Amino acid sequence: MLSLNSVNWDPLLLTLKLAILTTILLLLVAIPVGYWLAYSKTKLKPFVTVLISMPLVLPPTVLGFYFLIAFSPNNAFGAWLDSVLGLRLVFSFSGLVIASMLYGLPFMVHPVLAGFKSLPPQYKEASKLMGRSRLDTLRQVLLPNMKPALLSGLVLTFAHTLGEFGVVLMIGGAIPEKTRVASIAIYEEVEKLNFGQAHLYSLVLFLISFVILFWVYTRGAKNWGRFGK
Amino acid sequence: MIKARLHKILKGSHGVLPLDVDIQFEQGSFNALFGPSGAGKTSTLRMLSGLLSPDSGKITNHNEVWFDSEKSVNLSAGKRNIGYLFQDLALFPNMSIRQNLQYASGKNPNNALIAELLRLTELESLADQKPDVLSGGQAKRAALVRALAQEPQLLLLDEPFTALDQKLRLEFQDHLLQLHSRFGFSVILVSHDLPEVCKLAAHVWVLDNGSIIKSGAPTVVFGLDRSDKQVTVLAQVIAKTATGLIVSANGQQFEIKTDHTNDKYALGSWVPVGLPTDSAILLESKK
Repeated sequence: MLSLNSVNWDPLLLTLKLAILTTILLLLVAIPVGYWLAYSKTKLKPFVTVLISMPLVLPPTVLGFYFLIAFSPNNAFGAWLDSVLGLRLVFSFSGLVIASMLYGLPFMVHPVLAGFKSLPPQYKEASKLMGRSRLDTLRQVLLPNMKPALLSGLVLTFAHTLGEFGVVLMIGGAIPEKTRVASIAIYEEVEKLNFGQAHLYSLVLFLISFVILFWVYTRGAKNWGRFGK
Repeated sequence: MIKARLHKILKGSHGVLPLDVDIQFEQGSFNALFGPSGAGKTSTLRMLSGLLSPDSGKITNHNEVWFDSEKSVNLSAGKRNIGYLFQDLALFPNMSIRQNLQYASGKNPNNALIAELLRLTELESLADQKPDVLSGGQAKRAALVRALAQEPQLLLLDEPFTALDQKLRLEFQDHLLQLHSRFGFSVILVSHDLPEVCKLAAHVWVLDNGSIIKSGAPTVVFGLDRSDKQVTVLAQVIAKTATGLIVSANGQQFEIKTDHTNDKYALGSWVPVGLPTDSAILLESKK
């Protein structure tokens, strides 16, 4: 019988830490990328859109494999990161964050892009005619009027990162307290026939995901509307 | 004085339309740009404001050059200090009416002016409400005073009276005239409504198929100036008969004969009708 004292909570805490960091950093990346995709007229756009959408269709192991190769200190890019920036991204938590961000890109960029496109173009034009800067327009007019889109990007990315497996396994391995997140831990516990532990991790993940989605579909958009005024 | 010579090939759902417009007006004047849908009225406003670049041409405001294709000058929209009332208003839904005006007014909002604008348009009690609770007429007024909160020298109005009933229209027109005489900005009103243009504007450009075909005082341009024996009034077509039209003017109905086919008169459109002076009745306008 499993007693709560003997439970190793590290994989769950690590999963939460990874999901929160990935979500916040990705939001900061997705806003300028989404803005550029929504308003720029360059011919590069379809190319970039396809690239961002790739994680939706590729097996996570493909991405994980290429990350592994790119970040490996045995190769030029990985060696440069290692020697110049002192970054070892393979089998490390920072590597996991970067890989999760790339893998989560479509889940954040698509809702944010849809949010920008849902706004009437006159908002941006009106603000421009008032002599306001692009940053003022973005912060005070555009973003506050697309909160539901931002919320759905945040939730999708967070929930998706919680459940990530393939990329994490390929690039992170399963180093306890560094890269052994819950989804990996579940797999390992099952392999060891440690069903009690696997049950607990699974149940916690199930409940967290359920609560988040439930909140979004029922009260989320409304509550979010009261924030940030 | 603002002078604008604008040329642009417009590509829209109706095909290609070459737009050639040459206009000028004095500071503080009230002007109208009149013409059917698709004539290029909104594009002209957008080019003046800097939201759309002409293919070639020149726009100057006194000694300041806003646009010059030959010298590659194109002053950005934000630096021309133009108030613009969009057809769909574009009030920011996340801000209250007062915050909308403050945002338009700049980093250091002119709160005294904002209070005056809200008072003149009877929006004081709604100032802290969001735009979504306003009625159609209130939202129009709010968008109008927001365009004035930045203290523009030129106000561009893109068909501001559509979707308002007759009573709200007249109210809005009165507010507009009052604000114009109080603050002295220049106006260009885009409209395809004859009575509105005649009531408000001192000068009108008639735009058709991308070119200005007539220009001058509305009464002269539309043939409404009074002669000795007859007075010309605007009448609205309410029915068609085999030989003519039934029109309504000043609350009375007249049957008039048309000298050629009456296909060119659409129901609801406004036509100038000559009445003998002794039969014309001046009706008190009801408020």
